[in-house]
Amino acid sequence: MFEVIWLGRGGQGAFTAAKLLGAAYTIGDNVKYALSFPSFGPERRGAPVRAFTKLDEKPVVDRSQTEKADYIVILDDTLYSPQLVKLLKDKGKIIVNSKTEIIGAITFDAEKIAGEFRLPTVNTVMLGFLVGLSDLIKNENAIEAIKGYMPLKIQESNVNALLKAVEEVAQ
Amino acid sequence: MKKFLSGNEAFAEGIRLANPQVISAYPITPQTIVVERLSEMVEDGSLKAEYVHVESEHSALSCAIGASAAGSRAFTATSSQGLLYMAECLYYAAGGRFPIVMMNADRSTALPWNIYGDQRDSLSQLDSGWIQVYAENAQEALDLAIMSYKIAENKEVSTPLMVNLDGFVLTHTYETVDIPEQNQADRFLPPYVTDNCVDFDKPKNMAFSAGPDTNYIFKYKEHNGILMAKSVINDSEKEFEEIFGRKYTGLTENYRTDDAEYIIVTLGSIAGLCRETADKLRESGIKAGVIRIRYMRPFPNEEISDVLNGAKAYAVLEKDISFGNEGTVFTNVNSALKKAGVNVKGYNFIGGLGGRNISAGDIEKIYSDIIKGTENVSFIGIGGEDNG
Repeated sequence: MFEVIWLGRGGQGAFTAAKLLGAAYTIGDNVKYALSFPSFGPERRGAPVRAFTKLDEKPVVDRSQTEKADYIVILDDTLYSPQLVKLLKDKGKIIVNSKTEIIGAITFDAEKIAGEFRLPTVNTVMLGFLVGLSDLIKNENAIEAIKGYMPLKIQESNVNALLKAVEEVAQ
Repeated sequence: MKKFLSGNEAFAEGIRLANPQVISAYPITPQTIVVERLSEMVEDGSLKAEYVHVESEHSALSCAIGASAAGSRAFTATSSQGLLYMAECLYYAAGGRFPIVMMNADRSTALPWNIYGDQRDSLSQLDSGWIQVYAENAQEALDLAIMSYKIAENKEVSTPLMVNLDGFVLTHTYETVDIPEQNQADRFLPPYVTDNCVDFDKPKNMAFSAGPDTNYIFKYKEHNGILMAKSVINDSEKEFEEIFGRKYTGLTENYRTDDAEYIIVTLGSIAGLCRETADKLRESGIKAGVIRIRYMRPFPNEEISDVLNGAKAYAVLEKDISFGNEGTVFTNVNSALKKAGVNVKGYNFIGGLGGRNISAGDIEKIYSDIIKGTENVSFIGIGGEDNG
């Protein structure tokens, strides 16, 4: 099973990213399964939020919170802590939206791309970064997920931001 | 059509396909999304129902009772304190034999106040006369939304039905579900037709009082109505499989129990993790199995005692406690064994209260505890490093 933990602040769309990844992974495929869920509880703008995506080629029946992840994706670099490494599998990686380098993590300036497409949040940019970095899902499935599960008027900008992030990883 | 939906959203899709005529509800976390979706469906015309936004849960069910007494298919949904506030009306709905369907998002009860999932709310209402079923995943929840009316409205049954979804772990978790076509649902579920309603051409007494001379007859019939549901559930599931292609297994679902020596009996969304743990233990030679209780009422007495007969020990894992005694599911399971004359040692594990995560490690420990023997009733986590 492939597991991703998303860390963000309330309002940054960490759970939306978790859901889009799950939807994209399973689109048009009968042998792929996913679960996406937020850290449950009251939603408060600005408060730290966790979300989880579990991907597998058989039905995912373990609904408990991920204890060891393949990736931890952090939307706000003030949430990074070196102790997060305890939540990683042996070859797991932490990726952080940050303008400065962080030892022990891969950083990516997602805000720059979000700004370019006038997006208030970096969630789909970081999803694009993850798509580019891993071989988890095809670009077109990620695009279809955005078209299926985001409001119409923000679909195009999010698709373009995601593709730009995928492109930057390739360079 | 396949979509990536939460348990709440999937359930709302199932209710849309079941075409209730009246929906009365009051929002409460973690049920809110199901009633929001249904109100949107009524608004956009994809569901032709009267949506009544009431001022309390007591009114939500009262309204559904009135709708059912007028001959309509009625739906409501609630959770936790909302269900408890509704409690008075639960008995009216059951005693009046109104086949209302309700979704309950299983959630902790106060105090301390807590919005997270456990099963203390619905299990406290086992005696209210409702059929109770517990879903494991979003697909089963959607399918139960359709199947529930078929079972509740059966003439021999005529009993309200509560579909339980574990709060958050099921209501707020997204997964791929297959949404059937409306014509499939229509083939499976005909419109509700009943004599148990107000009819000006054929006036009758409804919701009357009955004194000591006749009251017991009504209660006996009410009891038999729920017992009848057992065969109706099996028949409905066969027909469901023919039309929708998905198979369900009646009051319980067994996993690797044929030769199992150690069995966890549980209910709801934690069952999947129990099955995975059983698989893992079998790799090291431990004969582990799982019984998932789907229906708590009618209770699967024979289904459970037949399977546990021959096991070395069993554990009942539940998100519930009847203070001063033990978990209510444990009490029910033990009674099933006693009636069947089956003598197997059982242990009760109370876990997941107030939304506490139950991990794979916790489940593994249950199996190892019942192999070596432990307390009759244990609270998962108590005695651990972060508490007393």
